[in-house]
Amino acid sequence: MAPSQRQIRGWLYQASVVLLLALVAIVAARNLNDNLSTRGLSLGFDFLWQQAGFGIGFSVIPFVESDTYWRVFMVGVTNTLVAAGLGIILATMLGFVIGIARLSPNWAISRLALGYVELVRNLPLLLHVLIWYNLVVRTMPVPRGAISVGGIVFFTNRGLYLPAILLSDSGVVLTALFIAVLITAVWVYVGRVHQNRTGRQLPVAATSAAILVATPLLVALAVGATFQLEVPRLQGFNFVGGSAVAPELVALVAALAIYNASFIAELVRASIESVSRGQKDAASALGLRRGQMLRLVIIPQAFRVLIPPLSNQYLHLLKASSLATVIGYPDLVNVFTGTALNQTGRAVEIVLMTMAVYLTISAAIAIASGIFNHMTRIIER
Amino acid sequence: MRQRFGEVACAAAIAAFLAMPAAAQANKTVDAIKERGQVACGVSTGLSTGMSTLDDQGNWEGLEVDFCRALAAALLGDATKVSFVPLEFKVAFASLQSGAVDLLARTGTWTYSRDAELNLDWAGIYIYDGQGFMVAKDLGVASAKELDGATICVTGGSTTELTLADYFRTNGMSFTPIVGNGRDQNQQNLEAGRCDVYTNEIGGLASSRTAMANPDDWVLLPEVLSKEPTGPIVRQDDPRFRDIVYWTLAALVAAEEYDVTQANVREMATSSTNPEVKRILGTEGDFGPMLGLAKDWAVTVIEATGNYGEIFDRNLGEGSRVKLARGLNQLWSNGGLLYAPPFR
Repeated sequence: MAPSQRQIRGWLYQASVVLLLALVAIVAARNLNDNLSTRGLSLGFDFLWQQAGFGIGFSVIPFVESDTYWRVFMVGVTNTLVAAGLGIILATMLGFVIGIARLSPNWAISRLALGYVELVRNLPLLLHVLIWYNLVVRTMPVPRGAISVGGIVFFTNRGLYLPAILLSDSGVVLTALFIAVLITAVWVYVGRVHQNRTGRQLPVAATSAAILVATPLLVALAVGATFQLEVPRLQGFNFVGGSAVAPELVALVAALAIYNASFIAELVRASIESVSRGQKDAASALGLRRGQMLRLVIIPQAFRVLIPPLSNQYLHLLKASSLATVIGYPDLVNVFTGTALNQTGRAVEIVLMTMAVYLTISAAIAIASGIFNHMTRIIER
Repeated sequence: MRQRFGEVACAAAIAAFLAMPAAAQANKTVDAIKERGQVACGVSTGLSTGMSTLDDQGNWEGLEVDFCRALAAALLGDATKVSFVPLEFKVAFASLQSGAVDLLARTGTWTYSRDAELNLDWAGIYIYDGQGFMVAKDLGVASAKELDGATICVTGGSTTELTLADYFRTNGMSFTPIVGNGRDQNQQNLEAGRCDVYTNEIGGLASSRTAMANPDDWVLLPEVLSKEPTGPIVRQDDPRFRDIVYWTLAALVAAEEYDVTQANVREMATSSTNPEVKRILGTEGDFGPMLGLAKDWAVTVIEATGNYGEIFDRNLGEGSRVKLARGLNQLWSNGGLLYAPPFR
């Protein structure tokens, strides 16, 4: 069938938009090229293999001064992922609790939740970050006067010091743990199939816990692995040994989680209220308690409404994590787009790489939410 | 808002690279300044006592600021025709490269790789400094060699960040850096006890000390880790502009050498019998026009800001709160390193 005139017109419009975009891209690329060459600068990524030569205060992956700028980049990416990841998890948990509390029949609880939402979401995020940072750094004592909990956990303004568990043969034991997790997953699935078919519950929770604990423990005993607790101790200026959490990370995650939780709470409330009242009435008629009603009837339906705006909130949180730079948490923007950019002068390359990272993570969040949305859609029967 | 300014400037710089068509011709910086009627001068963020700060009337003051004024006086005949652009260190070089400012008159150390790779030029040196450490007095530290394991505040993207890492590595010590965006953030972190030590150029540390709640609680350690020569920085694409910036600085230094001051410059221009002074002040020869400047450009400059010694004294030296000793920033004839080539 020949395309109608309307279709042809549609194609023309689309083609002209694509052409226009291509033109803008070409002009931008040529301008970049001309501007760089008049200033005697050139593009290149060789600098990534140069030695960085500066220290980074906190990193999830090991970093020493003699590592390359590529390593600096990786440290920045992982530090950003850690801050944003922790922020997302905590904001979601807190947001759900407060969102559900907003709908509580208990007057005091619902007003308290409302107060939280209105107070927190109406203050700028930058202020949250600065408040939490100053709170953590200024109210905690210096290392010499650390608040000690049982002599193994220490609160200081340099960070939170926790004992580290040193485990010999950790590879074998971790493999055992991994296998235990797999077995548990299968067992949970079997339990669910069994319940669907017969209506009877298998003791899933108890056996899963037993498998998860017993397998690694038995394996550890079998290979003769030893546990050792390394307790942080004060030496010179700071605590050494154990593991430390930087106060900048604590402040940043706290600010991101608390701020975004107030928005997530509103999303949760709105999506729960979007489930038609008949569902709730039907659930109560079946004799479900409030908790069961929420868990089994309301929330699964509310999820469909919730997921798209929730993933928007996650994207916001990810990008907002770059506020780290105002308190000196070494995230991607701080160590790479800040320090590395000035040390190398590679502004264009570094900004492009930074953009690519945020774009990639954002796209991953968007795709994951798309998949989840697809999985939880209503299937007409 | 000020905190975000740096990021905005950096983003604007990148956008400028992408969006603005290239304009390639000689003398473009000088021409652009004359057309605009203002020198766009990149200075520190306005919280560096002695270098660039805002006084309580909202006027800029400091050594960097005075150098910008001197340059405006030389180029435009009016020291007030400066727009000050406060820049965080992290974005300073990118802002200059992209053309957002005409020059940087802010602490930026002259190093080989910056000179070679950034396509920038240092048009002389106005402060010869070195890197040092400031610690709380009650920490009881007498030498930098005792700093093993310390937490150290440092500015991101600076040479001090690199020198710090080198120093600890060569001495087999470890440290944790806490990277701030600028002097004010580092001062706050030090005061709050987030770090044990603040490292920066010694001149900067001396001025930071005056900004602490109780300056007597803080001491500078005796070690000098590095050479930190700082001066006005320009793009490499306009050699004439570089010359003007360089000779403005040279005129300030030469004026001190020949005792030409803010107060007596007019009188010296007519009464001096020293041929070098007459050449500098434009009463003999035709020196200004050789650089495209007015004949009496140096008179305008010195009348506006005073000579180098007066500028230093007013902002960093005995006449200021910082009370920094002249040290290496003394004239060569007094045992320092300041030296102006001959005007002839």
